[in-house]
Amino acid sequence: MAMIIDRRLDGRNKSAVNRQRLIKRYKRQIKKAVSEAVTKRSITDIGTGEKVNIPTRDVTEPTVHHGKGGVNERVFAGNKEFVKGDQIERPKQQSGQGGGSEGSNSGESEDDFAFEISKDEYLDLLFEELALPNLVKKSSIVKQASKSLVRAGFSNTGVPANLNLIRTMRRAKGRKVAIASPYKRLLAALREELELELGKAPADEERIKALRNKMGIVSAKIDRVPFIDTYDLKFNQYILQPKPITQAVMFCIMDVSSSMSQETKDIAKRFFILLYLFLSRSYEKTDVVFIRHHTAAEEVDEQTFFYSRESGGTIVSSALKMTLDIIRQRYPISDWNIYAAQASDGDDWIDDIPLCTDLLSNNILPLVQYYAYVEINNNGHHALWKAYESIQAASEAFAMRQIASVEEIYPVFHDLFKRKEA
Amino acid sequence: MSPVSPDNIPGEPISTSSDWTFELIERFNNEIGLIAKDEYGLDCYPVQLELISSEQMMDAYASVGMPIGYHHWSFGKQFVISEHNYKRGQMNLAYEIVINSNPCIAYLMEENTLTMQALVIAHAAYGHNSFFKGNYLFKLWTDAEAIIDYLIFAKNYVTKCEERYGVDAVELLLDSCHALMNIGVDRYKRKSRGTLQDEEYIQSDREKRLQHDVHELWQRLGIHKEQKKEENKVRFPAEPQENVLYFIEKNAPLLESWQREIVRIVRKIAQYFYPQRQTQVMNEGWACFWHHTLMNRLYDKRLVNDSSMLEFIHTHSNVIAQPGFDSRFYSGINPYALGFKMMTDIKRICENPDNEDREWFPDIAGSDWHETLDFAMRNFKDESFIGQYLSPKIIREFRFFSIMDDDAESSMRVTGIHNTRGYENVRAALSNQYDLGNMIPNLQIYNVDHTGDRTLTLRHYVDKRRPLADSTREVLKHLHRLWGFKVQIESVDEKGGSSISHSCPEA
Repeated sequence: MAMIIDRRLDGRNKSAVNRQRLIKRYKRQIKKAVSEAVTKRSITDIGTGEKVNIPTRDVTEPTVHHGKGGVNERVFAGNKEFVKGDQIERPKQQSGQGGGSEGSNSGESEDDFAFEISKDEYLDLLFEELALPNLVKKSSIVKQASKSLVRAGFSNTGVPANLNLIRTMRRAKGRKVAIASPYKRLLAALREELELELGKAPADEERIKALRNKMGIVSAKIDRVPFIDTYDLKFNQYILQPKPITQAVMFCIMDVSSSMSQETKDIAKRFFILLYLFLSRSYEKTDVVFIRHHTAAEEVDEQTFFYSRESGGTIVSSALKMTLDIIRQRYPISDWNIYAAQASDGDDWIDDIPLCTDLLSNNILPLVQYYAYVEINNNGHHALWKAYESIQAASEAFAMRQIASVEEIYPVFHDLFKRKEA
Repeated sequence: MSPVSPDNIPGEPISTSSDWTFELIERFNNEIGLIAKDEYGLDCYPVQLELISSEQMMDAYASVGMPIGYHHWSFGKQFVISEHNYKRGQMNLAYEIVINSNPCIAYLMEENTLTMQALVIAHAAYGHNSFFKGNYLFKLWTDAEAIIDYLIFAKNYVTKCEERYGVDAVELLLDSCHALMNIGVDRYKRKSRGTLQDEEYIQSDREKRLQHDVHELWQRLGIHKEQKKEENKVRFPAEPQENVLYFIEKNAPLLESWQREIVRIVRKIAQYFYPQRQTQVMNEGWACFWHHTLMNRLYDKRLVNDSSMLEFIHTHSNVIAQPGFDSRFYSGINPYALGFKMMTDIKRICENPDNEDREWFPDIAGSDWHETLDFAMRNFKDESFIGQYLSPKIIREFRFFSIMDDDAESSMRVTGIHNTRGYENVRAALSNQYDLGNMIPNLQIYNVDHTGDRTLTLRHYVDKRRPLADSTREVLKHLHRLWGFKVQIESVDEKGGSSISHSCPEA
């Protein structure tokens, strides 16, 4: 008799572990492919999965087999015109003939070994080894902060699973003692009286009978005291307690003035998309504030920030002022780790520059954990860069880099947010 | 759906729908089993049918058909390759996978139609099953009772080692063992049997003993010079050993006992698959012959209808198609095609022999086909099966021809075609082609410099001037990792001259 077993609901991902091992083993190659891919993508699908190619020679497993050469005789099917003794030219790049190991993968094509990684795996690899620097302040006053269940005494109501047996039984015991003890005392007195009566020479049958009756009633009353009563029940009580977590806010400040060409804006947007993906992936409780500016700054939502167009003159300090205002209004520095990233082509109205450096070094930098400035242009440093250089020398929390072309976005990004050994 | 009752009126198909249900599968399995056992006397292990999804089929692929496997990245690679091909539509999944175990486990994929399920049951659960039970190589080398237990033991053991010694250390070791897998099988000894409990008990005992043995071998510190000279002449091992993994397991000086156990696990699994590699044509041929016979029998009994039968014939002819060498679909000789044609041909020779058959096969022409086929299934492997039974008719049908490729000559030469002068040569060449001994280089453990620097020397007996492939260098690195000291290969040519062809670390 055959057994028929439905295995379809069993684990589907028996190979998941093995697949993870493969990815781990070829991390270096996969990472290379991933960081190359990030620049090739359009802005909208920068965060989707990725097809990865690894050269076949890297993943083949060596075995002992024959190489090409020597004497090989092989049989083929489907002869049409050959007769014994025919001489045949050796085909160039022959495969399958030399090894003598039919069906093995020796001598197969040198195609890349390709496979797809999921969005999560892709982003994991992309943002591996990255971290927000100086993430130190902790705060417990956060809306939707993660909470943990802690014990909080006992209550009289609850679900059976939380029943506290010891306390319940203790209360039951006490109640039984309290309710039954007057009767027990009475019963003892009656028994004494009964023994006295029984010891008398002429037994008073009436009296004995009455005593026995009374004793029966009293012990029935004792028996009727319930072993356990709803009144006895005690339950463990748990409450949700917010856990102190680190919370951070990132200010993305982008210059959208007309001096920024379409290409530089594109680079800036890519940079911020990376930053945004990184933050939303690695730090669950991170606020992101998008500020864009030309002559005036405005706070926008993510959609507008990445996908809408705007242009005008340039006053960088307007954005810095706005950043400062928002910090003061919404992000008390006692509770928040504050970060800012600014991207610009480095052009600014010449009278505005002293204002910028002043705002930055005196007002903003003391408040923030880290401030990254990225200048996007490929023809030397511009006004803002020179002004910021002095700040960089003075402050640890300030970093600046230049991006000249799309290819440099990821390396610069990686460099700015590299996890530093504590 | 037709009601399920054992005494279905003859002439009524089991089902006219192409959707399967558990009842229908059970019904088919009963009917097929009945025909296989009662009418044809196939001797099978009990059958266990398991319904799985296509993803699970890919999982099964990735673990090379082992139902339970330890974790290793190479299985992940296999999985990724088949997933990739499957998604691109380049590959159909195999319809079935069958495990040589008792009970015999056959996987049925949920996407299959009812007819396909019946075909798979006939092919795997009765064809392959009876082959596993009957063929001498499987009897000799595999133990259907113990394999599932052993695989569970292996998986648990490897996982335990990963926890204790780290995933990376275990992975390195497995990499090295896998590289030596095809030169890590015994060809002449019987392996021991054991259940899971036995295996765990024996293993803990073995751990101590093995380590002890190894230390014996290397305890030669206080030896006098004369004695040393004397001993140098004595080779170790005394006889060359072909099973490299076995030698490593028993004699590698630096391995720890858990490492020896893992070497042993890989060796055991290699040994378990060893018969399958040698009986591909026969095994598939036998299974195809029986699914063909059993399905036709179902049709004769009117248990399947015409449309199912057409579907079956369509699939069957795809499976046994043999494209010509110049076709872009050609990928060597299709073992299903060759095996099926040969099995069918043996039956024909028994039933309707012509003069050619009487001349070539005087012993079996006119004999009882079932006995003859059964004998062939039990007592041969691909190499000898082809050598014995490949008939001129098959050579003509396949239009086989043999080509000699000698790198000393400027061009290749046709040495035989499907004519009277060529039959013998083609048959010998084809038989040779399936000889594992011919496919895998003859590499043997030859000597250990056990009084000196512990260099391990392997000898490669060169056959027909065929060199070792480039990957040998990589393999040697793995062997070096296991052995812990210098490893070298000495090539011995047909004239007896020898030279060191590979060494690791390289000189």
